[in-house]
Parts: sequence; C-alpha cells; structure tokens
Amino acid sequence: MWTLFHKFGSPKWFFGIAGRLMPWLLALGLGLLVAGLVWGLAFAPKDYLQGNSYRIIFIHVPSAFLAQSVYLMMAVAAVVTLVWRMKLADLFVQAVAPVGAVLTFLALFTGAVWGKPTWGTWWIWDARLTSMLILLFLYFGAIVLGSAISDEKASARAVAVLILVGVVNIPIIKYSVEWWNTLHQPATFKLTEKPSMPPEMWVPLLLSVLGLYLWFGWLACYRMQTEILRRERRTRWVRELVRAEGH
Amino acid sequence: MTSNAPRAVLADHNVSVGRAMWAVVRRDLRSSFRQRQDLLNPLLFFFMVVTLFPLGVSPEVSFLQQAGTGILWVAALLSTLLSLDHLYRHDFDDGTLEQMVLQPHPLFLLVLAKSLAHWLLTGLPLVILAPVLGIMLHLEGNSIAVLCLTLLIGTPVLSLIGAIGAALTLGLRAGGVLLSLLIIPLYIPVLIFGTGTVAAATEGAAVEGYLALMAAFLVLALTLAPFAGAAALRISLSNS
Amino acid sequence: MAFDSLSAFLTMEGHGSYVWVCYCVFVLLLTALALWSRSRRHAVLREQRRLLELEESGTREQAPAAATFSRIHPS
Repeated sequence: MWTLFHKFGSPKWFFGIAGRLMPWLLALGLGLLVAGLVWGLAFAPKDYLQGNSYRIIFIHVPSAFLAQSVYLMMAVAAVVTLVWRMKLADLFVQAVAPVGAVLTFLALFTGAVWGKPTWGTWWIWDARLTSMLILLFLYFGAIVLGSAISDEKASARAVAVLILVGVVNIPIIKYSVEWWNTLHQPATFKLTEKPSMPPEMWVPLLLSVLGLYLWFGWLACYRMQTEILRRERRTRWVRELVRAEGH
Repeated sequence: MTSNAPRAVLADHNVSVGRAMWAVVRRDLRSSFRQRQDLLNPLLFFFMVVTLFPLGVSPEVSFLQQAGTGILWVAALLSTLLSLDHLYRHDFDDGTLEQMVLQPHPLFLLVLAKSLAHWLLTGLPLVILAPVLGIMLHLEGNSIAVLCLTLLIGTPVLSLIGAIGAALTLGLRAGGVLLSLLIIPLYIPVLIFGTGTVAAATEGAAVEGYLALMAAFLVLALTLAPFAGAAALRISLSNS
Repeated sequence: MAFDSLSAFLTMEGHGSYVWVCYCVFVLLLTALALWSRSRRHAVLREQRRLLELEESGTREQAPAAATFSRIHPS
C-alpha cells in the first residue's frame, strides 16, 4: 500500500501517466464540449419564458460547476499537502488555482450578461452571483498568497491552510448570503430553475459539463507537467527529457 | 522588563497552561498600554471612517437611520483589519514569537490567548465606542442596544479569524494589504448577520435566533480558528 | 435546427448579442488559458535547456573536475 502511495506521489510516474492520458482527455473533452455547445446553440428548442437568451446556460452552468468543484479539489489537495506532504498535491494547487479563478470569472460574466435580457440589469445582488463573487475573492487570496511567499514548501503549506479555512467558510458564506438575499429581496426569480427541463435541453448541458471537466483535466495535467519540469530540474530524468526535446 | 517575566514563565515546564495563557494576555495588554498609539489608532480610524459617511453621502436623518448600522459594522470591520497587522508583528521582530512556539504548551492555546488580547485591545473598545457613534447617526435606542450586542459577539470572531491571516502573512512585504485580501471574504458572514440582526430588530422582529446563530459562529471560530492560526504560525516561522 | 435561417441564428430574436458575447468570451478565455500554459511550458523548457547547455559547456572546458560534479543529482 505504501509503495503504491509513493508511486502515486512520484512526479516522474505522474509525468508519464499524464502524458499518456492527455491526448484522450483533450480529444474527448473538446469533442464533447463542441458537441454540447453546437447542440445547445443551434438545435436545442427555444425556452418559452426566456427566449433564446437561455442558451447562455450551456456555458454558464458548466463554468460555475467546475469553478466550485475546482475549489473543492484544491481543498482535498490541501489536506494531502498538510498531512502527507505529497509533492503532487501542492503542484496541483499551484497549477490549477488560476484556472479556477478564470472559470469563476466566466461564470460571473456569463451570469451578468444573461441577467441583462432576463432581469433588465447587468448585475443583481442575487444570492448565487454574490457567492460566486466571494469565491472569486477566495481564489485571488490563494493566488496572491502563493506568489507572495518565495519559499516553495512554505508557500504550498500556507496556501493549503488558507484554502482549508476558505472551504470551511464556503457553506457558511453560502448560507449567510442566501439569508441576506431573502432579507433584502423577497422575490427574485432564478436563472436556471425550471420544474423539468426537456431532454433536448439537459442532454447538451450534460455534454458541455462533461466536456469542460475533461478539458480541465487535460489543462491541469499539462500545467502540472510544466511545474514538474521546472521544479525537478536537477533530476536525471528531467535532464534527459529536456535534452531529448531540444534536438 | 515586561517581556522578560512572561518569557521566563513560558520557558518553565512546570507552569500550568492557564498561567501561561494568562501571561501572554497580560504581556500583550501591558506592552500596548505602554505604546498607546497602537491602542488609539484603530479607534480613531473607526471614528473618522464613520464621520466620512454623513459628509460623503448625506447627513439626512432618514438615510443615516437606514445605513447607520451598516456604516458602523463596516467601519468596525475595517479598523479591526487595520489593527491585525500588529497582532504578531512586534513579537516577530524581537524574536519572542519563536520562543513562544518552542515552549511546551500547545501552540493553539497561545494563539487563543493572543486573539483574546487583541480583542480586549481593539474589539472591546469599539463596542464601547459604538453607542456614541450610533447616537450621532440617529439610530434608535433599541437598535443601538442590539448593535452593541452583535458587535460584542461579532468582534471576537473577527479577531479570531484575523489571527489566521496575520499568521499567514507574517514577515511578508506588503503583508498589510495582503492580509486584507485574504481575510475580507471570510468576514462577510459575520458582517451579514451583524447588520441583519440589527435590521430585524429595527423592524420589530425577534432577534434571539439571529443572536444565537452569531453565537454559533463565535463557538465555531473559537474551536477551529486557533488550530488554523497555530498551523499558519508554524509555517511562517519555519519560512523566515 | 431551431432556427429558420442563418440571420435568425445570428440575431436570435434580439438576444443574439448577449448569447454571442458570452460564447466568444468563453472560447477566448479558454484559448487564452491554453496558450498561456503553452508559452509557460516553452519558457520553462527554454530556461532548462539554457542551463543544461551552460553546464555542458562548463564540463568540456574543465573536463575532469566538472565531470564528477555533473554526476551529482540531489533531489
């Protein structure tokens, strides 16, 4: 069991496995994403309440989903960093944090643009938009703290503590923002909720969610590989790899 | 002299945990009373920020009554943030902090003691000052009472969470701004419930439930924050 | 196809600009992320190669001493 654990923790092993997985992740991810988006844009039926503006759902929901689960994944990696000090976990956090921030921004941006035809204004202090905004702040905090501490190990562990504190706070933030929202705006109508979505709508949605997740898997692998190349510069296998790439 | 006596207490293995914590609190209180500026600055800041709102927005009674609790809470939050940078700074600079980490008692208890001292020095004075400002902002008597109660429960949470941020940014350049970036998102629930409770009280609703929820925040912060703060402190000290 | 013509597809009954702006920003940002990661990879590789060449040219000039050094791989 421990040898397996060490194997999973070894950057060299990960580099090889990631290299083999990445073409599949990229091809499948892009394929599903394009299929879902084209289906959603051109073939899914019009929504009878919101008209065509609802088509933003096919990018809004995947971005929002992924943005939140990336933070959760980072929290799991943070536990691994703090408890077992596994190199890969902190590589993951460092490689993925900017991607999570961009996805959160995308969810906010598409939410705002969707709000214009639906609510008549760009921004509304809706519970979900507000908690996404706070999630963006949490991402910024993790990125800024990581780059402020120069020592790699200390930086990884400090960021891990911050992420864990953030992840404990996320449910509290969500709950309090929802409570605050009902206090201030008794009747907001929601972006996505519909009693039942017909399959012509939810199947493309599912496809684009899956596609974006796989694409994220590819990008995470790629960025982690880059970090490994940078950090493991002195090991023999990285040297040989660099030499081989050069010729 | 002040720093020598508690240091001796801390280094002694036979000293009980309670005495060690008390020594930390007493030492922090004493050293801030010697440097009164650190003690007064957050209060002055609190006062001035609150003054800006009638000048900047509107001195009308109706506006101030509506926005008053929000203004006071935000100002209290900001002045707590301002004072957090000093929480570990002096001890870090003169090496006392390293000694504290080395002593035999659990580190989280000392973090708790530091947070308590911080609250006594900034949070409690803010609570005491708040009614005066509440009257200047034309808040009603009942609202002021509830506001002070929410501040009394909420400011310790601010100190406890802030201690984590202060430990994480210890010894970094531009630590102050970074500290605000890290901590403000975590302060949002306290702010929402602090002002929300007062708003409910102004409308005549029962506030016991909300106050109980804020108390739950406090208990949660008391039990979890010192551990995170201690972990952060260890990381920052091993780095420097 | 949910639309009758290409122009209907582009305008989407007045909501076209909102939908298309969202999709464009989405594609643009994802592409930017990929390109940024790629340029970072290239920068790292270039730097490593430069360091490697520096070391190797060092070994050629003072062969015996540096040869023993280059065998040390602390990791």
